[in-house]
Amino acid sequence: MSEVKYSKEHEWITLEGDIATIGITKHATEMLGDIVFTELPEKGSNVEKDGTAGVVESTKAASDVYTPVSGEVVDTNQSIVDDPSKINEDPESSAWFFKLKMKDKAELDSLMNKEEYDKFAKESAS
Amino acid sequence: MKTKKTSLYQLHHNNSAKFVEFAGYQMPIQYSDGIVEEHKFTRSHAGIFDVSHMGQLFIYGSDDLIEDLEKIFPLDLKNLEMNHSKYSFLMNDEAGIYDDLIITKIEKGFMIILNAACKDNDFKIISELLNDKYKMELDKERSLIALQGPKSSEILNYIINGVNDLNFMSGSWFKFLEKKVYVTRSGYTGEDGFEVSIINELAEKFTTELIDRGAKLIGLGARDTLRLEAGLCLYGHELDRGKTPVEANLKWAISKERISQGNFIGSRIITKQLSDGVNKIRVGIKPEGKVIAREKTKIFNQSDIYIGEITSGTFGPSVNGPVAMGYVENDFSKKNTKVFLEVRGKKHPANICGLPFYKKSYVKGANK
Repeated sequence: MSEVKYSKEHEWITLEGDIATIGITKHATEMLGDIVFTELPEKGSNVEKDGTAGVVESTKAASDVYTPVSGEVVDTNQSIVDDPSKINEDPESSAWFFKLKMKDKAELDSLMNKEEYDKFAKESAS
Repeated sequence: MKTKKTSLYQLHHNNSAKFVEFAGYQMPIQYSDGIVEEHKFTRSHAGIFDVSHMGQLFIYGSDDLIEDLEKIFPLDLKNLEMNHSKYSFLMNDEAGIYDDLIITKIEKGFMIILNAACKDNDFKIISELLNDKYKMELDKERSLIALQGPKSSEILNYIINGVNDLNFMSGSWFKFLEKKVYVTRSGYTGEDGFEVSIINELAEKFTTELIDRGAKLIGLGARDTLRLEAGLCLYGHELDRGKTPVEANLKWAISKERISQGNFIGSRIITKQLSDGVNKIRVGIKPEGKVIAREKTKIFNQSDIYIGEITSGTFGPSVNGPVAMGYVENDFSKKNTKVFLEVRGKKHPANICGLPFYKKSYVKGANK
């Protein structure tokens, strides 16, 4: 599996072959609070880099989930729809959101590595 | 304008509160446990709510005052017993609501608890209506701390002996560390509970004792989910100047005796609406699926015609699903009427339902 990359919208992404797995970061879940509702893109749909690809809601507000890369949705994680609290428990592993068949791997180049993201998250939180 | 802090600010901070600005105050929205846990803890144990930002208005006077206040509030204040409380409204001539409030008869006058965002304007309106005839004070020396949940009575009675003899919607003066505190059995979560008016200097000490007895601090986030599950209105959402108590489905709070007399501000409209009915009315709305319909969500009937709007909507942790309140055209306000809620461009089925969403367990009589 590739190095984990991060977006400014607080998504993480890993790549296996041409299949990308995408979720939201621990930092994002801490800002959101308890997640009580999740909406995921439809399997088979195409999503565009930086476009919306789902929604997470806390008791207070709804937030869009963006996709950091373009591609076709090949799988979605039903378990976080059934129990959205799993996202707060394990955001960067078992509570992934969706898998995409990537169109253009070069899109990964503009994303941040862990060190860059941690710095970005720290700055954006203050 | 600089945001204000309550006497419990440092205590909130020490308990890792996340703060938001609310009605000009730095208030805790949640603590480290999070809104869902705080909500559930209140329903199963006892939650502490700092509501010191709310207005504590004291008005002193005798029989004249009762008569003058009856011209303002649609209540039978002449027959309100000492230390008993009533829910009411401050209205304009069109019966639009300036604020909703709790008024309690105390010795030599009345105590009125006002919403934080409305209190200064309320004070102005009420003092003008009373022609500055009476001593009126929006008390800044006292904090207001609510304890809500099934363990409230046990916990508070350890600290202030005798409070568990209070009936719902009544109060009395007690002592805490030799200082007078006014305790009412009331609240806004759908649970049994109390509100304690205490001098600022002792607020932190008192709250710390509640925590030592097992109660936990609860933020504004859970306060909102709790009151919504309990079907209770929040000013600025379910209530505002464009809505009347009859439209808000709160006619139970208007004294029958006063309706027949009619001489209070807004009575002309209230009387008319009570006899002719209203065009729009507040209802409970339960989405069929999991989608949360927030404030301003549009409501449609089965023929896809717009019939109203959501005023509050969230996920109810005790209901374990989405809950909402809103205003719909009267023809679509019957329980079990199917409606559709437009969320992110899609229409989701929902049903008009009775309130509360979560059954309340108010204590009617004293615990003997």
